[in-house]
Amino acid sequence: MGFYLAQLLTGLANASSLFLIASGLSIIFGVTRIVNFAHGSFYMLGAYLAYTLVTTLNGGILGYWFSVLVAALIVGGIGLLVELTILRRIYRAPELFQLVATFGVVLIVQDATLAIWGAEDLLGPRAPGLDRAVRLMGEPIPEYDLALIAIGPAVLAAIWLLFHRTRWGILVRAATQDREMVGALGVNQAWLFSAAFVLGSALAGLGGALQIPREAVSLQMDLSIIGEAFVVVVIGGMGSVTGAFVAAVLISVLNAFAILIFPQISIVLPFVVMAVVLIVRPYGLFGRPGSEHGGAEEPEQPLRLLDQKSTMVLLALVAVLGFSPAVVSDFTTILLVDVMVATLFAVSLHFMMGIGGMVSFGHAAYFGVGAYAAAMAVKLLGWGMLPAMALGPIAAALAAIFFGWFCVRLSGVYLAMLTMAAAQILWGVTFQWQDVTGGDDGILGVWPAKWAASDRVFFYVAFILCLGGIWVLRRVAHSPFGYTLRGIRDSRIRAEAIGVDTRFHQWMGFTLAGTLAGMAGAVFVFSKGSVFPDALSIGHSIDGLIMVLLGGIHALGGPVYGAMAMVLIEDWVSRLDYWRFIFGGIILTVVLLAPDGIAGGVRRLGQLVRRDAA
Amino acid sequence: MTPVLQVRGLSKSFGGIKAVQDVSFDLHAGEFLALIGPNGAGKTTCFNMLNGYLAPNAGSVKLNGRELIGTPPRRIWRLGVGRTFQITATFLSMTVLENVQMALISHHRRIYDLFSRATRMYLDEAMALLDLVSMREQAGRPCSELAYGDLKRLELAIALAHDPALLLMDEPTAGMAPSERVALMALTADIVARGHVSVVFTEHDMDVVFAHAHRILVLNRGQLIAEGSGSEIRANPLVQEVYLGGGRLFEKEGQHA
Repeated sequence: MGFYLAQLLTGLANASSLFLIASGLSIIFGVTRIVNFAHGSFYMLGAYLAYTLVTTLNGGILGYWFSVLVAALIVGGIGLLVELTILRRIYRAPELFQLVATFGVVLIVQDATLAIWGAEDLLGPRAPGLDRAVRLMGEPIPEYDLALIAIGPAVLAAIWLLFHRTRWGILVRAATQDREMVGALGVNQAWLFSAAFVLGSALAGLGGALQIPREAVSLQMDLSIIGEAFVVVVIGGMGSVTGAFVAAVLISVLNAFAILIFPQISIVLPFVVMAVVLIVRPYGLFGRPGSEHGGAEEPEQPLRLLDQKSTMVLLALVAVLGFSPAVVSDFTTILLVDVMVATLFAVSLHFMMGIGGMVSFGHAAYFGVGAYAAAMAVKLLGWGMLPAMALGPIAAALAAIFFGWFCVRLSGVYLAMLTMAAAQILWGVTFQWQDVTGGDDGILGVWPAKWAASDRVFFYVAFILCLGGIWVLRRVAHSPFGYTLRGIRDSRIRAEAIGVDTRFHQWMGFTLAGTLAGMAGAVFVFSKGSVFPDALSIGHSIDGLIMVLLGGIHALGGPVYGAMAMVLIEDWVSRLDYWRFIFGGIILTVVLLAPDGIAGGVRRLGQLVRRDAA
Repeated sequence: MTPVLQVRGLSKSFGGIKAVQDVSFDLHAGEFLALIGPNGAGKTTCFNMLNGYLAPNAGSVKLNGRELIGTPPRRIWRLGVGRTFQITATFLSMTVLENVQMALISHHRRIYDLFSRATRMYLDEAMALLDLVSMREQAGRPCSELAYGDLKRLELAIALAHDPALLLMDEPTAGMAPSERVALMALTADIVARGHVSVVFTEHDMDVVFAHAHRILVLNRGQLIAEGSGSEIRANPLVQEVYLGGGRLFEKEGQHA
């Protein structure tokens, strides 16, 4: 009995930490509708700041709690800075821009933290006065855990009072329900949004600061917490603080007991719970259907078929690419394969988001499934290169059929969250299932067949598959199937009124995008000779989003430019120190100054040239 | 002659409110039927049950003898029912012509075609439909640039693309300038006169109703209170009470309750 009580209490203590960060995320989402990836960075900053304050002050019980509070306040201030300089400019932008912008902040904070505190993990002191364990039913329970269990509900009560007893809190709740109406009533939205953001980031900072006696402060804290925090917010209902609390308790307690039965489940469990909740209650346990989109977009211009001149230019470029291995070095040939793989991946994601209107935060899942299926066909089944490469897209298609069936039941941010959950589940499976997938060690030694072993021959294999895949997606974009997908994105009700089964159609669009991502994965694994779980990670999904955004979402050519730019920038920047800082800066510049991406820039340049010529 | 549409005993309650009670009517081929009534009379509820967006508590709706209740909206469209929306719904990222082409592509069951060029399909048919609503000149314009009245006409062309037996128009002139209203309904009446399509529409503007409708149904508090031609409806004391007598009808019932 005592053992189970100990498990329960550990679960509840974890729930408190998780609640603190998730509640802030939920408040920020509720008011501003921004999916804030940088929330994990605020959590990490809270921990680092608290560590510095506690160790320099060294002031006993009072000093410890004072340090924790000051750390939270400083993080609130940093939140204000981020809100004023970056987010304020993109509240009306589509959610993709907001997500990528906050990810830019993640990268910048990571390198800033590295520069200030160094790469070493920092072990914080125990909390003075709470550094022992008490015995409950014979089991030792850390006093600090008991304190945390009390802090969670106390913060919940404080937020509840703030939201129900103050004018400001009532405005925040009103804005969560209908921010246009709050604006129409003459409330200064800018001020309201800033204040909500400061509160949210301070809560994340508090969560991080309270964590220092429990775990080492490290540079991985930001991304390790953010996935779970998202899950808690989505399960609880975006914008609902009570929901975040219930969901945090649910996840943490379930986890505490589930690991007793099935130790490997801890990574996957939250995402499975989230998927189940979203299917039963699409807006979360306490959520209400609200405006789920980031903001009204400018209507997109109609698609145009290429005229003869552009077709010739395009064919010429493809021919140049085709002949390039004869001229360039082996190193460049390999880089070109990377570019082609990244381009197919980006084009497949653009097909789903730009054409299909389904924003995916987890597209890497299908890339990864394609890569793993091909790798496992070689390693476990002993297949040759070509059949293994064929298995990649087939396996990705099956995964997309399975997860897509759930995802197309939702739309907007909720759909995006479910795609992320799907990707995390698959990532967890590959990470944990050591016997089959090799776990963290990945699968090594997946090399091309002998006839394709030279870099040049393999280049042509990749050339045919990747350009073929891109051609297929482009062709489909102009086909009735692609037009119908765009139609559903523009107006679901009109699409239904002309006889379209909108869900089925989106499901098929999702599957096609997943299949081609799987093909990119299959080429990828043979070009690298190995695959690791990070092929399916959130980071890789975000790479895809960045490529689409960098290139410009409103143009079919966008993802091609974006992928090229991404691979080249990465190749150049990642050799520098603090490359994350530079890369984050580039992302923010694009989002803030050139939201139509490279394709938009090229178009404007073209217009300029034509005007000069005329 | 059997009617195109047979509505029998249609009823719908929301909680304790009886939004539509026991509504029955017939619609004949080539008829232009108006469904009118004051705010809250149940027009839109009635309409949404006809087009499959709302399931009634009781009643039946038959199109050429075929039951529509329980059929999803997209199947109802396939059976030959076109519709326009109170607030226009079109594909904003496409051109005017492409919007009509989409309806034709779906009608010809080509939406799963992966390799044809959508913009080159059914061009002549689409142009003919745009001619019908006098939108040929605007065929190449992006839909997002159109004036509201033009969007309404485009919707009409889309709704006629599969040569429907029945056209349902929910508040077709809402949000339009008076001159545009007359023009749109004259156009619709013209299409009804030329083809074999029958139309049911709801409307607030009585000028539009009396100018064009062949027959008028009047709903009040969920019940059908009158039915007849324009002059009959104008002369009907019950209708006069509802529309002109202020709240008298409501007061009387209130006293009895």
